[in-house]
Amino acid sequence: MKKWQISLVMVISVAILAIAVFAPGNGKAAGKDGKSVVIGFTASKSGKLKTEGTRQIQGFNLWMEQVNAKGGIKLADGSVVKVESREYDDESNKDRVQELYTRLINNDKADFLISPYSSGLADAAAVIAQQYKKIMITTGAASDSTYKKGYTLVYQTYTPASRYLTGAIDLLAKLDPKAKKVAIIHEKDKFSTDVVNSLKAYAERKGYQVVLFEGYDSGTTDFAAFINKIPSGTDAIMGGGHFADTSTLTRQLYEKKINAKMFAFLVAPPEPKFAELGEACLGVIGPSQWEPGVKYSPEGAKAAGLSWYGPTVKEFEEAYRKKYNNEEPSYHSAGGYAAGLILQRAIEKAGSLETDKVKKALDELKDMTFYGVVQFDNTKENHGLQIGHEMVYIQWFKNPQGKFYKEIVWPEAAASAKAFVPPAR
Amino acid sequence: MWQQVVNSLTDGFLLGFVYGLAAMGLSLIWGVMQVINLAHGVIITSGMLATYLMFLHLGINPYLGMLLVAALGLGLGLVIYAAAVHRVISAPHLSSLLATFAVNMIILGIFNAVFGGDQNNVDYSLGSLSLGFLNITVSRLLAALGAVLFCVFLYLFLYFTRTGKAIRAVSNNREAAELMGIPSAQVLALSFGLGSLLAAVAGALIATIFPFTIFSGGPFELKSFVICVLGGLGNPLGALIGGLALGLLEGLIPIWMPTSWVPVVEFGLFVTVLVVRPSGLLGAK
Repeated sequence: MKKWQISLVMVISVAILAIAVFAPGNGKAAGKDGKSVVIGFTASKSGKLKTEGTRQIQGFNLWMEQVNAKGGIKLADGSVVKVESREYDDESNKDRVQELYTRLINNDKADFLISPYSSGLADAAAVIAQQYKKIMITTGAASDSTYKKGYTLVYQTYTPASRYLTGAIDLLAKLDPKAKKVAIIHEKDKFSTDVVNSLKAYAERKGYQVVLFEGYDSGTTDFAAFINKIPSGTDAIMGGGHFADTSTLTRQLYEKKINAKMFAFLVAPPEPKFAELGEACLGVIGPSQWEPGVKYSPEGAKAAGLSWYGPTVKEFEEAYRKKYNNEEPSYHSAGGYAAGLILQRAIEKAGSLETDKVKKALDELKDMTFYGVVQFDNTKENHGLQIGHEMVYIQWFKNPQGKFYKEIVWPEAAASAKAFVPPAR
Repeated sequence: MWQQVVNSLTDGFLLGFVYGLAAMGLSLIWGVMQVINLAHGVIITSGMLATYLMFLHLGINPYLGMLLVAALGLGLGLVIYAAAVHRVISAPHLSSLLATFAVNMIILGIFNAVFGGDQNNVDYSLGSLSLGFLNITVSRLLAALGAVLFCVFLYLFLYFTRTGKAIRAVSNNREAAELMGIPSAQVLALSFGLGSLLAAVAGALIATIFPFTIFSGGPFELKSFVICVLGGLGNPLGALIGGLALGLLEGLIPIWMPTSWVPVVEFGLFVTVLVVRPSGLLGAK
């Protein structure tokens, strides 16, 4: 090697080293002076999870704005920390998620993490959080399995998948005590399978006969073959998966004039876009993590012997609509806000930003918020699993002007309307 | 049991016409210029999106809107041809393959940026007809009719008009056609336009049956490949018959097997046909 070549190599090496040493410092500059806490997350701003991912982040940003407007989060030593966020677009892609969370921790020096939307992406991010000993609040992620892997620092905001549709069975018993036969058609992904396995077990325990139990692949567009398989005399059709397949299934059930006393499906029905299905959506029931009409209140918390924390349902909805062009907050938005709120509560209780102290506060947390009850399983087997929060069930109604709207129909304590049997098709 | 079989076969059969129409677009382009159009899927998606947007914002009936979608498909095809295909048409297949793939990625990227991955649904339901135990959804019936209509148009155009004959002449032997005074560049562009017209119309028909996302064109592009090989690449009638065969299979398989087996059987058939009869069922020997 010639002399000038050696010098060139050395210059380049030094330059690379310099970048490696100094670059990470940039992200941390604001966080280290003790006046701010950095929360890192990725959001699906593009790709197939764009809608849900964006709503979740809108909820989170609203929380952050409100906390900072009030000065920040107060610690035990009397100091107040502002909240800062670092975020990236994960393109709804698992591999990107792991790469970006590593970056959030190492380069951006995030103190706490929030998960991306969806069980799959959150599961991918949780591995990194645990590996680098950072607390992560997951939101938009319902699968149970993430919390059965022995993680100690991952906490779930959503009601887990195993409790997603069981309430629909209770509702069916109320709607028609004579109903006996349930058909289950579901997407064969992790989340939906978790849901329907628990649903099937619960239905059978309650004396129902599961007359059809069929899975379809993610991305299925033609459900005719499944619909043709539904035996006549079926009382309820349940299952589904995610938005795309579930709304297609709903539409084809309608077009094929399939009648049942109850249609209860995952994920799609609570979405405002579900009304695009027109008549096909009428009477369809779906579980939701949260709806603007829920009845959680400080008085309710008192009656249940819990402490209330954060804004009321009405305050949240109004602030959200004000910030985002009068858009109705969906449960994704509420989940994003709730994740921030949970973290705020735990930091305040711990009075510190140290991982160990905040973890202890999270383990002991048991509060009611606008989003519902928050309590985590702190056993070794299911650490971090959400055990306080309950689903609500919505049903699609039609007003005399022909416009479709949804009401909460279950549980009875939270209901804003009485459930009805869909009209004959 | 047999009622279920008849119902599923009818559903599959009707859908098969639409598959056939989509595949015909791919087949035509291959037949005339030996280009495998990897932008086929996004052109199908364009047809879906156009139908949806026209219905949502302008209230245009999705079946009438099909004529506009056809014009749009033709225009899109001409633009793609001029921009990406014309220069590489005589180059090895890999060049045109990559060029159309690039177009595919560009259009998909634009759709993703503008519309996102949301599910869209054309809320124009016509219910279903019941004939005894047989239950036929009207949207499928109309889609099948629409597909047949466009097939007939294509046939009449190719066999009874001067331009159609020119397309067939270029397809047969480009040099000889040029020597006879046929402007091959224009004919090739038109053929590409026609191919994408068929794909866009197939997309419009699919949008009346199924809700879709911007990624929905992909699976139909794959099906089109299978169908083309089944029916014989470059033979539009073969594409239609291949489409019907695939539709019937898709109706039939899920009765006895989990749907995961559908692609296994489909692509198994694809390989078998390639091995046993490489020119396809109706292809030239």
